[in-house]
Amino acid sequence: MSAPPVEIHDVTVAYDRKPVLWDIDVTIPEGKMVGIVGPNGAGKSTLIKAMLGLLALASGKIEIFGRPSAQQRHLVGYVPQRETVDWDFPVTAKDVVMMGTYGRLGWFRRPGRAERQLADECLASVGMADFADRQIHRLSGGQQQRVFLARALAQQARLYFMDEPFAGVDAATEQAIVATLKQLRAEGKTVLVVHHDLQTVRDYFDWVMLLNMRLVAAGPTETTFTSANLDATYGGRLTALDVAAEAVRQRESAQ
Amino acid sequence: MTYSTFMVLLGTSLLGCVAGVVGCFSVLRRRALIGDVLAHAALPGLCLAYLVVGERHFASLLGGAWLAGVVGVGVISFVCRWTRTKEDAAIGIVLSTFFGFGVVLLSVIQRSAGLSGKAGLNTFIFGQAAAIVRRDVWLIAGISFAVLIVVALLYKEFKLLSFDNDFAQAQGWPVGWLDLVMMGLLTVVTVVGLPAVGVVLMAAMLIIPGAAARFWTDRLGVMLLAAGMIGMIASCVGTLVSAGYLVPTALLPTAAASGRVMGLPTGPLIVLAGAAIFLGSVMFAPGRGVVAQWWSDARLRRRTAEENLLRAMYECNEPVLPRCDDVDLGQLRLQRDWRPGWFNWALRRASARGWIELATAHARLTDAGLHEAARITRLHRLWETFLIKGAHIAPDHVDRDADSIEHFLGVTEVAALEATLAQKHVGRIGADDVPASPHAISTADTQREAGHG
Repeated sequence: MSAPPVEIHDVTVAYDRKPVLWDIDVTIPEGKMVGIVGPNGAGKSTLIKAMLGLLALASGKIEIFGRPSAQQRHLVGYVPQRETVDWDFPVTAKDVVMMGTYGRLGWFRRPGRAERQLADECLASVGMADFADRQIHRLSGGQQQRVFLARALAQQARLYFMDEPFAGVDAATEQAIVATLKQLRAEGKTVLVVHHDLQTVRDYFDWVMLLNMRLVAAGPTETTFTSANLDATYGGRLTALDVAAEAVRQRESAQ
Repeated sequence: MTYSTFMVLLGTSLLGCVAGVVGCFSVLRRRALIGDVLAHAALPGLCLAYLVVGERHFASLLGGAWLAGVVGVGVISFVCRWTRTKEDAAIGIVLSTFFGFGVVLLSVIQRSAGLSGKAGLNTFIFGQAAAIVRRDVWLIAGISFAVLIVVALLYKEFKLLSFDNDFAQAQGWPVGWLDLVMMGLLTVVTVVGLPAVGVVLMAAMLIIPGAAARFWTDRLGVMLLAAGMIGMIASCVGTLVSAGYLVPTALLPTAAASGRVMGLPTGPLIVLAGAAIFLGSVMFAPGRGVVAQWWSDARLRRRTAEENLLRAMYECNEPVLPRCDDVDLGQLRLQRDWRPGWFNWALRRASARGWIELATAHARLTDAGLHEAARITRLHRLWETFLIKGAHIAPDHVDRDADSIEHFLGVTEVAALEATLAQKHVGRIGADDVPASPHAISTADTQREAGHG
């Protein structure tokens, strides 16, 4: 297929009438590990949710492999932030991983032997085979993160979105995630990862998007992840944009 | 049992079962109050339906209640979205407004000519299970069956939606519609339950079984079944007590004039029975229950006292090992800070296990006791050494730090600890070697002086 995994055309996203992403325009090449980097509040998670079609766009258009994301759900895997769910929910690690197969199963069909086997394989590939039947509340934070990763693997997608998978995890989990990323790269998949740790960007990603409410720079890591671009991303030069956004919100909510 | 009581029993137990199952999802999604809103908002719907139809026609009353409940929930999300009111405040406002409107309509109906007396709609406030007749049971059974079928069909979808809404949406599930279906089931059950348990108590039928069932299991499927059973049992018990079974008639109030036994109201009794089951679950459920947690705490405390005693014995004997001398109990007591009573308890316990020979003023380790004491002391010192070498904690602080952890260590942790220490150039410590204490062994007195007492 010739269409790129993600094509974003002039996208603006707003929360509560306040724009959080301005005029994003980028095309992600296939088969790359892509890091989405930027300061807190830069709109990294928002961008991922917009690409997944979880948010309404204020303007612009996003295409996944050449079509609107609503038509391409089966090609997309998702690792949400760990804090977004209630880990006291009465399910086991394996139950959660099997949720990755629900999209393929469709309405009413229950997961069967094939799905259970796939879930076991996905758990094993992130080093969690021994914890399959454990209630998710009794897993450590890093183990919970690996369960989420295994669930995304069970989606068997061509394009993955991961929202801060490295946040607050132990060394074993970090290694499991890195190994998974490498394996996905070897299989020719495209992975977009929201990432906080600037130290490891060069090691993990071959493509990078620098984001701070607008797209500061995007491209191969060697040429894009430069100190000049980082200054532009993390420096205080965007305050004008912030002020403008606040002014828009104030005016519109006064109406 | 009379035929009419049997019908009531059948109706309420079906209701209890299906309300428990559907309510589980509300409990898990932290939307427990939605059932309350549906029930309260249903009251004006009932009244309006009565005013329109002009008679107490069961199905049309339920239709009116259903419509009003849906409107109530809709108003809440409208208020949340378009004003700055938070959800809990919006729930409080809408719930009481609809209920107030319903009560006003009720009194209008009661007073208006031609309608008074016949309506009997005020039974919907607290419910009147005794009025359930055969025809109602058929309706309840049909609706319960349909609701359970939908839950069984959409089990996978509901599970995903309740656990991770965003992920479900990213997979392409129409989460908005699924949410509406779930809400619809809740509404149907609420409305069917109103005549029996009433507006005020319906929420308890939805919430209590799920909340109680959560204590007994970590599996969603089991939780749904358990909640259904709990709801059914609570309903049966409540109904039977209200009909004069299960309790001695002497305890029930009697009418002053006739001396006849008066029944207690069914709805409140069902809720009380449910609350009793909930309380029992909180106390006695394995793992999560209060008693189970208290027991495991107590077991740890007992084990800690035993291990501390043996280690103190070992340290007293250390200069003369492998010989074991009599240890003076006074000296032994000073070896540590003991909580009142625990020292004597640990002595008796160790003696009963054959680890020490206990005399009035002294004690002596047996062979088995020495073996156990050496194992415990070794573990303690391994951990202390790790804290000093690995975590860089000052030697005079490690004794207490080690104490707070070592009793939790299992076989795998100990193996990991040994491997780590071998790497840290402490040297390999053989399986039976007890390393020397990494700090001066202090008595309770010196510990107090050092500020740890």
